[in-house]
Amino acid sequence: MIPAEYYLVLAALLFFIGVFGFFTRRNLLGVLISTELVLNAVDINFAVFNAYYFPEHLEGFFFTMFAIGIAASETAVAIAIILNVYRNMRTIRLKELKKLKF
Amino acid sequence: MELNTLTIIFIGLSLLMVAAALLAVTTRNIMRATTYLLFVLFGTAGLYFILHYTFLGAVQVTVYAGGIIVLFVFAALLIGKGTRDLTHTSILRYTAGFTAAITGLALTVYLIFTHQFPEVQHPVSVVPMKLIGHTMMGVEKYNFVLPFEVVSVLLLACMVGALLIARKR
Repeated sequence: MIPAEYYLVLAALLFFIGVFGFFTRRNLLGVLISTELVLNAVDINFAVFNAYYFPEHLEGFFFTMFAIGIAASETAVAIAIILNVYRNMRTIRLKELKKLKF
Repeated sequence: MELNTLTIIFIGLSLLMVAAALLAVTTRNIMRATTYLLFVLFGTAGLYFILHYTFLGAVQVTVYAGGIIVLFVFAALLIGKGTRDLTHTSILRYTAGFTAAITGLALTVYLIFTHQFPEVQHPVSVVPMKLIGHTMMGVEKYNFVLPFEVVSVLLLACMVGALLIARKR
């Protein structure tokens, strides 16, 4: 039996690696990849809390499943927006994206 | 903690995931970053399998690894040269990100090891598929038919929205 704390520390590591990437990435796709890392770390936490402390219910299980679905839809919309930004401004580098309206 | 097969698998998976996550946020090539993200997502699916949540692992592999990664690859290929970074991140930005990450990590790990969690109840076995189905579609307490329907509407709305935003005029 692996202690629950090990999972939680692993999830915290992944979360803050994602935060680091969010700070240091220089284009929109990289920022989106970091966001995915953060979301994924939170999903692990939900599943672990459910499995270790409340195995008679399935709340964490379903929260993880809905979070995966919402992450998928969020990524689809975000990538559509990024493609549209690229088509209009020919760049997705954060430094060059200064205008909200092109 | 005895060193059995599950523990060895867990340690291997976590090492792979942390290494892949670090590479995903530091590599310059966006296609490589996407591939490393795929490794992290597969590792997460492995963790769900260790936790006996096999259905969740399958959902993770199909939706995340199968769907989202394909979207990222499409975007990276369509944008092409635009994803290349020409300048280096400023040292100030690196310091800010590093400080934020380390401070947050230290605080979280401290809280994990000092907080008094409730008694661990050992998960018995794989959650039966019948129970998952009944919980997802049931209308009693602790059942999830309403969130299920809301997510289905959300998926439809985001599909229409993504098409509307991304179409050629």
